[in-house]
Amino acid sequence: MKEILERINQQFNCSAHEHQPENLSWVQLDKKQLVPLLSYLKHTENFSHFVLLTAVDWIENNEFQLNYLLTNHELHQDIAIRVMIPRDEPEMITAHHLWQQIATYQREINEMYGINFPNSPRVNESFLLEGWEGIPPMRREFDTKKYSEETFFPRPRQEGKDPQTHMKQKLYPDEE
Amino acid sequence: MKNKLFNISPDRSKYPTIGKDGKPEIDLSSGKFVKIWQGPNHPGVTGNMSLELTVSGDEVVDAKTHVGYLHRGFEKLFERRKYIQCFPTSIRMCVPEADSNEYCLAVGTEKLAGIDVPDRAKWLRMLTLEMSRLQMLLRIVPGQGGTMGLGIGVQWGMYLRDLILDRFEELTGGRIYHMYILPGGVRGGLPEGFETRLEENLKDIEKFVHRIDNVLYQNAVFRKRAMGVGYLDPSWVDEYGVVGSNARAAGFKRDVRKDNPYLFYEQLDWEVPIKTESDIYTRARIRWYDLQVTIDLIRQILAKIPKTGDVRAKTPNVMHWKIPAGQTYVKSESSRGEFGFFMVSDGTDKPRRINLRGPSYTHAVPLLERMLINTNIADVGALMVSLQTCPPEIER
Repeated sequence: MKEILERINQQFNCSAHEHQPENLSWVQLDKKQLVPLLSYLKHTENFSHFVLLTAVDWIENNEFQLNYLLTNHELHQDIAIRVMIPRDEPEMITAHHLWQQIATYQREINEMYGINFPNSPRVNESFLLEGWEGIPPMRREFDTKKYSEETFFPRPRQEGKDPQTHMKQKLYPDEE
Repeated sequence: MKNKLFNISPDRSKYPTIGKDGKPEIDLSSGKFVKIWQGPNHPGVTGNMSLELTVSGDEVVDAKTHVGYLHRGFEKLFERRKYIQCFPTSIRMCVPEADSNEYCLAVGTEKLAGIDVPDRAKWLRMLTLEMSRLQMLLRIVPGQGGTMGLGIGVQWGMYLRDLILDRFEELTGGRIYHMYILPGGVRGGLPEGFETRLEENLKDIEKFVHRIDNVLYQNAVFRKRAMGVGYLDPSWVDEYGVVGSNARAAGFKRDVRKDNPYLFYEQLDWEVPIKTESDIYTRARIRWYDLQVTIDLIRQILAKIPKTGDVRAKTPNVMHWKIPAGQTYVKSESSRGEFGFFMVSDGTDKPRRINLRGPSYTHAVPLLERMLINTNIADVGALMVSLQTCPPEIER
């Protein structure tokens, strides 16, 4: 694994390093270099399994962190790639052409964090939230407590009806 | 794929016409296509998800997975909770196999905080993980027959699963949700006579393994409907991130317990079953082998659990525990495949981000959408169950 990391560092001018837990290495690099690195890892270094794509909101630094995790099934090694993108410009280059499932991850991140992936298939279709308006819910400034108080409470109390009288009035309105 | 028995594959040269982008051009007003919904409430779907199917005759020409019926925003809720408060929520992320959730969350917390777990706790963790796999397999193995109208195995499986849940209740106090694995170890040792009672259950399950073989796997109807149907091309395994039994049925020896051994799996003697036919029957058959392997593993674990020793390492007060800043990814092998937690800590007492990587995320959305095309609508339920899709993992 050390040789692979050295090759990555040379080729992409970054600082890849091994880290706890075992079998997991980390690379951080610029967003423009991401797709070339993913393609290099997939085709040259045999990191054929794409595990996950996830985002983290660092609101205090005004940036989003995107994590791409890959596995090499021959060496049983994982590599996590970190890309920081500015919060003011939440846009990332799509990588859906490399693995089929990336389009789904990108679609979810677009919905949950408002990070756009131009040209990714169906990226603007809603995934979990149908008809959601307002700020994307996984962003740190979205307050779940405030949202639920505004949306769900206080509920108007339902007026209770006696089922027997209600049905009688509904079915036989003419009767006493 | 062509059905060997009835030769029902229609002539695809005329319609649907394939457009320039390689996708079928579907004009609903032509009268040749009908759009139908399978789910969200349907006996053929596994949980609350639905499939939007465009069918031509009784064959699916286009499919879309719709999720969101079960979204509870767990990953968002974690950001407002202390680590220990995340446990009761995390176990609900994958309902049928709750222990994988608590295991990954506990190990992630320990790795970030730098805590070592006592050996006895590790053996007990392995026992609960394997028992959890066993009860899940007792549902899914006969459940495959249930999708094709063979209901009897399902009743047997549920009865035996309840026996395992009895053992869980004895060990942890809970039947489905256990919260037994906590940061630092587990909540307690084995009750008196637990091994004997579990061994009796295992003997019953062994009888079931042979009976279900006769009832389901040798059944002529099941064989004709499941063999050669729902073919997962081995080239899709990497393309779609297929893991677990679905990958093993396509000839890939993928098992996190062997590839990246965790706990004491290295000390156990077992083989990963693999097959290459990659259809519904093979995937079901792989789970039947998994069932036998799990029974064997539980016996080996029971023989090796130390009788004495600590079950939990000392941790700081969990309500005021600040976890050092860091990031980690923890994975384990659930009955469906690689099950992982990506965890980010910012040095406070609440996690910055916890993300679940469930096998169903790829199996039920991009892969299922691809595999459903050219499937008969009668086989849609069987195909979903054969991929072992679990919607709670998709919408965390």
